[in-house]
Amino acid sequence: MPEGIKDKVAIIGMGCTRFGERWDTSPEDLIVEAFVEALEDANIQKNDIQAAWFGSCYDEINVGKSATSLSLTLKLPFIPVTRVENFCATGSEALRGAVYAVASGAYDMCLAVGVEKLKDTGFGGLPEFSGQLGTRNRMIFPTISAPGAFAMLATRYFSKYGLSPQEGKEILAMVSAKSHKNGVKNPKAHLRREVTVDQIMKAPMIAWPLGLFDCCGVSDGAACAIVCRADMAKSFRPDPVHIKSMQIALSSGEEMMYTEWDGSYVQSAVKCAARAYQEAGITNPREEISMMEVHDCFSITELVTYEDLGISPRGKAGEDVRAGFYDLDGKIPCQPDGGLKCFGHPIGASGLRMMYEMYKQLQGKAGERQIKDPKIGLTHNMGGFPSMNLISINIVGL
Amino acid sequence: MAGIVSYGAYIPRYRIDRKVIYRAMGWLNPASYIPGEKAVANFDEDSVTLAVSAATDCMRAIDCGSMDAVYFASSTAPYSERQGAGIIATAVDARPDIRSADFTNSLKAGTTGLLSALDAVQAGTARQVLVAAGEIRNAKAGSAQEELFGDAGAALLVGNKDLVARFEGSYSVSHDFPDHWRSAGEPYDHQWEDRFIRDEGYVRFITEALAGLARKCSIQANQISKVVYPCLYAADFKKIGQRIGLDPSQLIEPLLGQVGYTGASDPLLHLVRALEEAKPGDRIAAVGYGSGADALLLEVTDGIEKVKANRRGVRTYLGAKRDLTTYEKMITWRDLMHVEKGMRGEMVPYTAMSTYWRDRHLILGLRGSRCLSCGTPQFPAQKVCVNPSCGAIGRMEPYRFADKRGILFTYTGDNLAYTPNPPAISGVVDFQGGGRYVFDLTDVDLENVSVGMQVEMSFRKKYTDEKFGIHSYFWKAVPVLE
Repeated sequence: MPEGIKDKVAIIGMGCTRFGERWDTSPEDLIVEAFVEALEDANIQKNDIQAAWFGSCYDEINVGKSATSLSLTLKLPFIPVTRVENFCATGSEALRGAVYAVASGAYDMCLAVGVEKLKDTGFGGLPEFSGQLGTRNRMIFPTISAPGAFAMLATRYFSKYGLSPQEGKEILAMVSAKSHKNGVKNPKAHLRREVTVDQIMKAPMIAWPLGLFDCCGVSDGAACAIVCRADMAKSFRPDPVHIKSMQIALSSGEEMMYTEWDGSYVQSAVKCAARAYQEAGITNPREEISMMEVHDCFSITELVTYEDLGISPRGKAGEDVRAGFYDLDGKIPCQPDGGLKCFGHPIGASGLRMMYEMYKQLQGKAGERQIKDPKIGLTHNMGGFPSMNLISINIVGL
Repeated sequence: MAGIVSYGAYIPRYRIDRKVIYRAMGWLNPASYIPGEKAVANFDEDSVTLAVSAATDCMRAIDCGSMDAVYFASSTAPYSERQGAGIIATAVDARPDIRSADFTNSLKAGTTGLLSALDAVQAGTARQVLVAAGEIRNAKAGSAQEELFGDAGAALLVGNKDLVARFEGSYSVSHDFPDHWRSAGEPYDHQWEDRFIRDEGYVRFITEALAGLARKCSIQANQISKVVYPCLYAADFKKIGQRIGLDPSQLIEPLLGQVGYTGASDPLLHLVRALEEAKPGDRIAAVGYGSGADALLLEVTDGIEKVKANRRGVRTYLGAKRDLTTYEKMITWRDLMHVEKGMRGEMVPYTAMSTYWRDRHLILGLRGSRCLSCGTPQFPAQKVCVNPSCGAIGRMEPYRFADKRGILFTYTGDNLAYTPNPPAISGVVDFQGGGRYVFDLTDVDLENVSVGMQVEMSFRKKYTDEKFGIHSYFWKAVPVLE
């Protein structure tokens, strides 16, 4: 029976750049910016790092393939460096590589870096991806953007729970409005302006039924984590953040090609959450989780995730949203840093940026956004589409 | 004994009122105005897809086991070198051990292809031959042709038994008549003046061909129930009938005011029309015109009623229309106007030809697989069964989805993804009998799409890579045509 990695690894340092349209900053500059902060935070030397994991999604516009761009940028001294990519969950995959390496006992201290220079693609929104899905899919996959793929989740959710487009969009608008309010309080966020539910409802349609403010934006950013064995963490700082669980789950193909899945939730999220809670020893997520960063690439993803994580009952997430359950001053603040909504989604970095917020919150360093006495933080990072995806769930605590 | 075993037709959904064309371009050419409307192929249709759509109608409830040849007829084939017939054969799931040929470069290609098919069956070389014609002729803005040309496909299955019409004989003339011409690589025709065309060619050759047919088959004009020939000029259309000694009631009603003049597919389209209105014992003469003329004589059998009952043909597609309300959309779809595609439209990833070849049945034939262990149909074809309770490896048989209907499980209208007919509508189809996949939708407006609606599959152009000259095809979902 595998024993999992609970409390075997701790995060002792993290860095996160300002996310935004960083026209004068190269991906290498972003890597260094995040790394320097993490290094100072951990109070270690670069050469203490024994292995590194590097997350970047779009190699062709970013830093290219292979992990050499990380080792060359940071001048890492001939240590193991691995590049990972798993669609939008790339950032969490980088962290997972570093954490599992330490948990295995192979290394004492590892580095995880994620970066994406999306503003160099020249696209509003993610680049046209028909060439990214494989040579056969390129010939058969529909003409669709990321908003379009997730819009289909909204269509099913509304249909299943009898929500008119107006009703459904209003709930989604509240989800986004809440995140924008939090982003105002975050100097590292890209978007720092409040947006009202009314403005969101009236915004231009991107992919029916998702409008402009239902979609996260395009940004540049990097984030970084330094992890070490739990039994040595306190020698670096009094408040290391311990990994309680890191799980991922990938679609089996049944959502896309079999007719059982009803299209109104993310099947892999449910399975991933079950394993993550088991590993972390959580039996009642609604009571035990203090705060979360979930993958709000689109407002519908966040709404459905509340249910997939077993926090809101099926079909009832809207009620929790209306009651303010997920607001910053609510029972389980979600996206306390503003989320993908306010940070944008530099793919390689997002998963690590989510963890950065949980880390700072646990250490009492979240400034204006500080949640009172958080105990357990959860990050949820999703890659792919509702019908073909991977979910990464990571649970941390002091 | 050779003849027609089955027939099918396809008229694109979009129809444009010619007043719209005239309002846009009448200032340039006020003399030209043909009344009525014409059929305009969607941006994702070409002459091959029109031919496949007609062939699909033609092959309803008929399997391809005896199809020994596939012929494609068009003067606007998308490739100068790469057989349209080969693409069509793969799309209809024909056997590979067949003859295939493209009949092209003339507007009588449709009838010539049909005659060649009848010859092959008569000679015993082939048991059945599929003849599929498709045409999308482009014309310059403000030209008379722009009003005249319409888009359509027609298909006939030729065979030696279970005939709906027996082939009685033919008569052809070949004349290098330069009424219009188009040099290799040119996008538009050139033509000489109309009086020359009408007097020296159109009226003359069709008359010549029909007279020759009557002599050869020893038949009088009054013994022919229906005569089919293209209508290029309304007045001269009637004149031809008079010259041959036909009563107006013997002439097929031309589709000029509802579809337009559809080039190589025109005579076959009207022949289908004649067949779907025919009764056993009727004699039908059909003429193709262009570089001369072909004329052929058919006699309808008792078998016509059974096939008639199960074909959409001209009659169904005539009524299945959507209004194309703007001239600008028509010329955008026909590439007459350069529009802003943005980076999303201009970034065209390459096509891996070896992948296409390996997956050609999947891509052109919408072929998936069905698990021999649990019976679950799945698309695309899988090696490992997708049924979570099964998971059998390597236990699959081919399974065709192209003729399956489904219900729309979910959908969206995407304003971000590039399409020449926005929004880009796509959705997940749950197929009748099993299987699920995500597809583009086409020929539909967002307001008319709903979860649970019935859909069927339509063969379309998926994308064109202009840089490398590649037309890639696949299937899209359309509302079921009732």
